[in-house]
Amino acid sequence: MSKRLETVFAGVTFKNPVALASGTCGFGREFNEYFDIQKLGGLCSKGLTLRPCLGNDGIRVWETASGVMNSVGMENPGVQHFIECDLERMNALDLVNIVNLGGHSEEDYLEGVALLNQHPLDLLELNISCPNTKAGCMSFGLQAEVARDIVRKVRAVCKHKLVVKLSPNAENITALARACEEEGADGLSLTNTYQAMAIDIQRRRPVFDNVYAGLSGPAIKPISLRMVHQVAHAVSVPVMGIGGITTWQDAIEFIMAGASIIQIGAANFMDPTIALDIIDGMERFLEDNHITNISEIRGVV
Amino acid sequence: MAKIIENHPVADDFCLMKVETDHGAKMGQFYMLRAWGQYPVLSRPISVFDCDGGTVSFLYKVVGQGTEIFRDLKPGDEIKLDGPHGNGFPDAQGRIALVGGGVGIAPLYLLAKELKKAHPDSTVDIYLGFSGQPMLVEEYEKMADRVSVNVGGFVTDDIDPTQYDVIMTCGPEIMMRVLYKKCLDTGAGAKVYVSMENRMACGIGACLVCTCKTKSGNKRACKDGPVMEGWEVFG
Repeated sequence: MSKRLETVFAGVTFKNPVALASGTCGFGREFNEYFDIQKLGGLCSKGLTLRPCLGNDGIRVWETASGVMNSVGMENPGVQHFIECDLERMNALDLVNIVNLGGHSEEDYLEGVALLNQHPLDLLELNISCPNTKAGCMSFGLQAEVARDIVRKVRAVCKHKLVVKLSPNAENITALARACEEEGADGLSLTNTYQAMAIDIQRRRPVFDNVYAGLSGPAIKPISLRMVHQVAHAVSVPVMGIGGITTWQDAIEFIMAGASIIQIGAANFMDPTIALDIIDGMERFLEDNHITNISEIRGVV
Repeated sequence: MAKIIENHPVADDFCLMKVETDHGAKMGQFYMLRAWGQYPVLSRPISVFDCDGGTVSFLYKVVGQGTEIFRDLKPGDEIKLDGPHGNGFPDAQGRIALVGGGVGIAPLYLLAKELKKAHPDSTVDIYLGFSGQPMLVEEYEKMADRVSVNVGGFVTDDIDPTQYDVIMTCGPEIMMRVLYKKCLDTGAGAKVYVSMENRMACGIGACLVCTCKTKSGNKRACKDGPVMEGWEVFG
C-alpha cells in the first residue's frame, strides 16, 4: 500500500484515514475474526463509563428507511475492566487506538480520565453525545457553555490527546465546536447519532423503553456531512467525520468537506469487512486522480 | 454468495429455503442472511432448520421488508450467507422434550435429528405450537418419537414437564417463560434450555443490541447465545 492515504491527526499518524466508530465494533475482537483489523487506520472502543453499565432494557434496535436506531444505553464493562482486559492488546496492534469515554456525571468523566491517564493510548475520544442514557452524556453536548465547562475540566487533568465527539443534537454545532477547541481539544469527531423515535401502533407505546433512541446509517449522511463541513471550516483543530458512511465515495465526500479521518458505524452491520472496501476504493480514487496524498483534497469544498 | 436450491412456502407466511454451502451448522445455530445491497441496512438472523454436507436449510416467517425479499428469491438466485453463528443447543440424552412456537419450531428439526442420531436410546418428543395453519408436521414426525401439535391454543398446556429430563424450547418469550414456570410449579427436575430470538444488528457479538440481562450477567444473544439456560433468563 502506498502512503497516499497516510494521515496525521493531532500528531498521531494513521496509515489510512478509516476507523471503526465507537459502539459498532466492541473492542475489535469480533471483527478481528473476519479480517486483520490492523488493516484499519484506527478503531474506537466501545463507549466506556467509570463503572460497569448494563445498558438499557427493552428493544435496543429498530430498522428505519435507510437507517437504524439503537438504544444500547452505554452497556460496557467499565474503565478498569477495559484497562485490565483490552487496553494492552489494543495498544499492541498496528492501528490507532482510540478510547471512547462517556459519563453520567462530571465526576464520572474526571475519574475515568484519571484512570486512563495511568496507561498509554493514542487518542481519548470524549463522548458528550450519546443520546441513550437517562442521565448525562448527551446533556453535556447540547449547549456550548455546558460543553465548554466539561471539556475545560477534562482538559485540566487529561494527559492524553483529547478528541471531543459531538452530538448533532447540539443547539449550535459550530459554536459548540469552537468552545471545545478554545478549551484545548486536540480534535473533534462528529456526528454521534440523532435523537429519534418509533412508535408501536398496536400497543400505542414507544418502541424503546427509553422513548427516544439514536438514529444512524445512510439516512443521516447528508446532514452529518453538512455539519462536518460547517465545523471543519469553523475550527483549526482536525476533524473526524462520522455519519452514514457506507461507500468510498461517501468517505471522499467527508474528506472534501474537511474531515481528516472518517469513522464507519452502522455500515459495519451491512458487511463486517466494509471498511476494507472503503479503504481500497479511496486508494484507487487517489491513484486515478494522481493525488499523492489525501491531504490534497481535504477541505477542498 | 451461495446458490439457492429451493425456496417455497410451507404455510401462510412461512417459507423453507435450501441453500448450497459447506459451512454447515450445529443444532441451534443461525446465519445472517442478506439478498440485497445496502438497503435494508441490517442482515436477517435466521435459524438453521436442517443441514447436510453441502446444504443448509432455513425455515423463516415473512414478517417484513427483508423476509419479503427472501420469499421472492428463486432457485438459482444467490444469497449472502454469513455464519454459522451462536452457541447452539448442547448435547442431551434421556427423556427429551422440544417445545416450539411459531417460527421458533425452526431449530427443533435439526436438534431432534442430531439428538436421535447421537443417542438412539433417548426419546425425543416434539411439541409444536401454531397460531394458524400447521406446517411440516410430517417432517418433524420422521425425526421424533412423538409429535404433539397445538393449533390456536397454548402449546405449554400440552406438556407434562415432569416426564422429561431435558426440555429445549424456542419461540415467543412469553411461551418460554410460561413453560419455565410450569416446570417450577410442577416440581419437574428437567433441565431447561431456551433459545432467544432478540433483534440483532451485527450478529457477531460486537454491537450489544441483542443483550439479554440474565442471572449470570449480560449475555449477547448472537454470540453467547442464542441458547441459554432457563434459570438464567427466567429464574
